[in-house]
Amino acid sequence: MSDPKDFVAVLDSDARKTPRRIAFITKRTSPQVRVKDEDRVMTYPEAFFRAAVAIGVLAIALVVTSLLWNAPLEGLANPMHTPNPAKAPWYFLGLQELLHYFPPVVAGVLIPGLVVMALIVIPYFNINVEAEGLWLRDKAKRMRIFGVVVVIFCFFLAVFDVWVALVPTIIVAAFMLLAARTAPQTAQGFRLWLVQKPLSFWIMTWFLVELFVLTAIGTFFRGPGWSWVLPWRA
Amino acid sequence: MANALNHLVEQVRENRVWRSIFRSGTGESNLHRALFVQQNVFLHLFSVKARKRTLEFSATWYLGALTFGTFLILVITGILLMLYYHPSVPQAYADMKDLQFVVSSGVFLRNLHRWSAHAMVFLVFAHMFKVFYRGAYRPPREFNWVIGVVLLLVTLLLSYTGYLLPWDQLAYWAVTVGSNIASAVPVMGSKIRFLMLGGTAVNANALLRFYVLHCVILPFAAVLFIAVHFWRIRKDGGIYAGEPATEVKSE
Repeated sequence: MSDPKDFVAVLDSDARKTPRRIAFITKRTSPQVRVKDEDRVMTYPEAFFRAAVAIGVLAIALVVTSLLWNAPLEGLANPMHTPNPAKAPWYFLGLQELLHYFPPVVAGVLIPGLVVMALIVIPYFNINVEAEGLWLRDKAKRMRIFGVVVVIFCFFLAVFDVWVALVPTIIVAAFMLLAARTAPQTAQGFRLWLVQKPLSFWIMTWFLVELFVLTAIGTFFRGPGWSWVLPWRA
Repeated sequence: MANALNHLVEQVRENRVWRSIFRSGTGESNLHRALFVQQNVFLHLFSVKARKRTLEFSATWYLGALTFGTFLILVITGILLMLYYHPSVPQAYADMKDLQFVVSSGVFLRNLHRWSAHAMVFLVFAHMFKVFYRGAYRPPREFNWVIGVVLLLVTLLLSYTGYLLPWDQLAYWAVTVGSNIASAVPVMGSKIRFLMLGGTAVNANALLRFYVLHCVILPFAAVLFIAVHFWRIRKDGGIYAGEPATEVKSE
């Protein structure tokens, strides 16, 4: 190295707000100051006040709801008399809908277990952390994997007659194809937004759509013997 | 009037007894505001300062705070409901009828607990998806995400155990459907179901178990994990503020 000094000293501080910082940066690294000191506010009162207002508004909404609508209460529990249909709480009706197609060990144990595992490991995969657009690299290879996975999965759903899960899968896959067919350099608006989405976004969105669709069907569109009904005819 | 009130408040805060409890003292300086948070065992889960961007509505939609709000409402209404409830068959159902016809505001109390419970389940899911789509789960916040998943499960279990307590047809059969799923676990399914229900069918033992889980074990777990969840926000560098928006300077 021609420069006798091995480091430079940088001052980056607002001494009135925060203590002075002196950074010694050696020539061997390539430092970047990505953010200057941000505007900060005191947690008390600013953040607590906002939280209190939010919780207050929610409490009022819940009190009004409670004054207007009564919680359901049916007759005394009777093990001799099974209502038809017997439904789980609404947040489990997506699973109960799957129970209609798959054996209990799949719908009741395997699928929820996999969902919980998948949720836990999300932040531990670098592909999720870097969050690079799915189709921005290795497009041909990824397209082959995508095609094989989607076809096998759709075939699997079709074999078990799970049309209610197959349709959302096809819709999400269609949006993924739309993203793949978008040129990142010239895209604008919605399609630019799509093309930047990483794999984790697509999987989570698929999960969200399935969760919503299956729960809604189980809650509103299932009647006696788990047959189709229209909610306004019930 | 307002002046006199302020004067009174100041006098209380300067009082020896008050000062022995709240040491941050009087005053409006940022130091006092910082001490207010830092010297309180509960509030010091939070950092003293927050980035302004993270407090905007668009950053979080306040979904975490709202979830915690429903939890507070549920604790308060839940304790009040416990005063009128016996976890026994068929008295549990008779207590529902008493809430309806005998207890002052009993119906309102039960309604508020029920609707808040539904709201909490919904808000927990909404909070999770919001955190995911912002990318706030990424390091260094990955472990707080895991604690969040645990809290999601605790919330679902709280709601599910509470579902049985009214001991009406809705409760009984919803829990029967759920517990049958537990028996589908390979090898030890029926054992798990037996442990869960305290018997081979949903009966008085199951009601008592669900009551203890609902009123003691799960709320305790929830409080514990909520505390860690909040504390980790501070330890992981505050609420996620999004991608750095300011200019990039490179040397």
